Amino acid sequence: MAQHRVIVVGGGLAGLAASVRIAEAGLPVDLFSMVPVKRSHSVCAQGGINACNDVARQQGYSEYQHFDETIYGGDFLADQPPVLEMTNWAPKIIDLLDRMGVPFNRSPEGRRDLRLFGGSLFKRTHFAGATTGQQLLYALDEQTRRYEVEGKVNKYEFWEFLWPVITGEGDARRCVGIVAQDLRTMQIRAFRADAVIMATGGCGLVFGKSTNSIICTGGAASRCYQAGAWYANPEMIQVHPTAIPGADKCRLMSESARGEGGRVWVPRKKGDTRAPRDIPDAERYYFLEERYPKYGNLVTRDIATREIFSICVDDAMGVGGENVVYLDLTHKDPDYLTRKLGGILEIYEKFVGEDPRKVPMKIFPAVHYSMGGLWTTYARGAFRPGAPAGEHKSGSLPPVGTALGVGMRYGAHENMRTNITGLYAFGEVNFAFHGANRLGANALLSCLFDGLFSGVSVVNYVREGEPAAKPAESLPAEVFDACVRQETAKADRLLATAAQGPGGPETNPYVIAREMGEEMTAASTVVKSGPRLEQAAAKIASLRERFSRVRLEDAAAWSNQSLSFTRALGDMLILAQIIIRAGAMRKESRGAHYRVDYPDRNDAEFMKTTCAAYDPGAADPHQITYRPIDADLVAPRARTYGKVDG
Amino acid sequence: MTTHAPRSKPVAGRKIRVTIKRAEGPGKPFRWETFEVAPEPGGNIISLLQKIAADPVTVEGRRSTPVVWDSGCLEEVCGACTMVINGRVRQSCSCLVDDIAPNPGDEISLEPMTKFPVVRDLWVDRARLFDTLKRLKAWVPIDGTYALGPGPTETAGQQAVRYVLSTCMSCGCCLEACPQFNLETDETRWDKSFIGAQGFSQARLFNDHATGAQLKSDRLGVLSAQGGIADCGNAQNCVKVCPKDIPLTESIGAIGRAVTLHAIAKWFSGRS
Repeated sequence: MAQHRVIVVGGGLAGLAASVRIAEAGLPVDLFSMVPVKRSHSVCAQGGINACNDVARQQGYSEYQHFDETIYGGDFLADQPPVLEMTNWAPKIIDLLDRMGVPFNRSPEGRRDLRLFGGSLFKRTHFAGATTGQQLLYALDEQTRRYEVEGKVNKYEFWEFLWPVITGEGDARRCVGIVAQDLRTMQIRAFRADAVIMATGGCGLVFGKSTNSIICTGGAASRCYQAGAWYANPEMIQVHPTAIPGADKCRLMSESARGEGGRVWVPRKKGDTRAPRDIPDAERYYFLEERYPKYGNLVTRDIATREIFSICVDDAMGVGGENVVYLDLTHKDPDYLTRKLGGILEIYEKFVGEDPRKVPMKIFPAVHYSMGGLWTTYARGAFRPGAPAGEHKSGSLPPVGTALGVGMRYGAHENMRTNITGLYAFGEVNFAFHGANRLGANALLSCLFDGLFSGVSVVNYVREGEPAAKPAESLPAEVFDACVRQETAKADRLLATAAQGPGGPETNPYVIAREMGEEMTAASTVVKSGPRLEQAAAKIASLRERFSRVRLEDAAAWSNQSLSFTRALGDMLILAQIIIRAGAMRKESRGAHYRVDYPDRNDAEFMKTTCAAYDPGAADPHQITYRPIDADLVAPRARTYGKVDG
Repeated sequence: MTTHAPRSKPVAGRKIRVTIKRAEGPGKPFRWETFEVAPEPGGNIISLLQKIAADPVTVEGRRSTPVVWDSGCLEEVCGACTMVINGRVRQSCSCLVDDIAPNPGDEISLEPMTKFPVVRDLWVDRARLFDTLKRLKAWVPIDGTYALGPGPTETAGQQAVRYVLSTCMSCGCCLEACPQFNLETDETRWDKSFIGAQGFSQARLFNDHATGAQLKSDRLGVLSAQGGIADCGNAQNCVKVCPKDIPLTESIGAIGRAVTLHAIAKWFSGRS
């Protein structure tokens, strides 16, 4: 009998959840990660994970309302059925994490504590201090290690994914493995698999400084795109409202700071030089609370970001005339803050040198999350209402229950599969669930949901689909060898440039990367415009030209990080092109995508998924089209979050 | 430790010297290289290394290669970028240049950790750390991922204790500082080698969980064998260098008591 195998690329929450689920079903997993999986970027998630719970339920909340909030939060760009399935699953996922030993904060009675988060008026966010992502990742890391000991998961840590191995043409394409490189020995080799799951996260590094880890280049997703996988909604990049600007990165200051009562303000008087605590309440402008009395500081991220940006850039009311506003927790009890938010307060203290329990924090928005990503499909579930519902009012009966499979069909082979058979995308690297803006504390949920729910789809595909008749291990070696040759040639070409000696800033990969990040941040984040994006497109084209002449300063055949970085830079430049192109083509404003020249949402033309396909043979390789979305569960409505004028 | 020395005012526009202990690979000779760098205001060791990578020219004017180092989150929560800075083991992301080199000409020395084999330059291979977690069965043995309801309840007090233990990011600072923990490149000897504070503390974390305690006896068996708690010399260096302020000496005490009780119970039950 054929020995089937599954490859998971990426060991963050999505990749580990998938690994555990698949190993549990009896299929061996080869898990690839550029870092020891315990150091994956999921550790940086702070605030929490959303799920309907008993308390919120008795206040009128429901899984369905969580669904409605997520669709509204995403500004009606997400396909709706998968979101319904995810929010229905959320309470089960919390229970599972609880069983794994995640130290969720507890109420006085010993139950799981809850906090408020953006985009909701109900406490539905579960948390472990202010390092929830770390705690969740560790729980999954431990379960994965257990399967590793049992021989069901085989880890390849410090290995970099280079290319998906794909057989066939057109609709008959099938992914049968990967080519990867050992980042220590630099060995490049192919690995066969009956299914490949990409769980490689977002692409924050395209913007230079972001809240992302150094490994979040988007390189892996870009390589899949170049190999024929579609990339959807690249223009949808979340800029988090509250981060600490830094020389090497911007450090996240979690939304939970506002969830626990943090207030955002600037002095009412421009250029007020008084220390923040010397400014009386009446002379402080709590602009989010005044403009959004209903949600206050807990408006969604895109809105908070634009308001902060506008206060600083348009109104020049930033603290000390700089691009900074206060995030103030000093009115709260210091012990309470330590218990609920210790982890993030410590980050602020260590990196800024001030105690946020005593002095308001100085923050500014920073690139944070990629709503867009590899395009994925799904099998629709059973719920098909005759007509889409309006806004769901809390306390009213949801139009559908929480039975398994109302949103997505459980176990269907195509759930979260890309346009290539056998190639799946889980977690932040896919484009599902979050539409044009992600709600805080929904990311950890979508990662885990993908791994647990669609992991079963992968198992079924391997056992019942193409691999059942034709396992990867039975395929001729040539298709694998060809990919290895292709990747070896790429690496050799880059390494050979080191012999030419340094070429100066023009061809220095680190300089090109910095210029790319600065341009992308300036042109394609909080505020975009057609002319500015056009300018950015020209800049990125010139950087790509310079990249074609790039020179490494390290020719080492052992642990050569310059090679890995430079190779990823080439892939990031390609992503940058589609981020800009898609942003220029989407002539409307929706969620995180705000065009000054098209400030309104335009559902008739653009309530559609942007879909980029790569054709290496074409003069213009980026083919961008629009695909309809499944939006018949909830009707689009104006997204105001109760804004008042003035 | 999170104590902050009062910051002297850093001199703007200054240049400082960064001396780095480098090696081309495992077992290759070490060499020292010094670079002159103008730090950015508020910058950390990572931003210095990034500057050097973009233009790796030593103070002697010799063109070298970008320094190789391990890093990830850059906000002291992943543990990757641990190294020895001015003789003290810590994360390079949370080490601010303004704090340790505020004046022109100040020197900073960077060395790889010594208790783990060097991969290249400042990058070391900490696989043994994760192997320890296997050795100690540092997980909760759940009955699979099916929906089976919530986990055991615990008090807020119990959660507070477990949470702190669970913030261990496997950075290895406690092991680098430990006089009993030594470099061991032979993987086959890891299961007899000293476990060290991170392992003791993780064992306590899982022993203290209602379901995790199912494996308590297995863990205590390992902890009472060669390389276990008896080898701890109680130097208490570990707790002083832990970046997360994990009460490692409390964990060592708790494991010591548990191992003693385990031994007595075994003696009374007549099983070896």
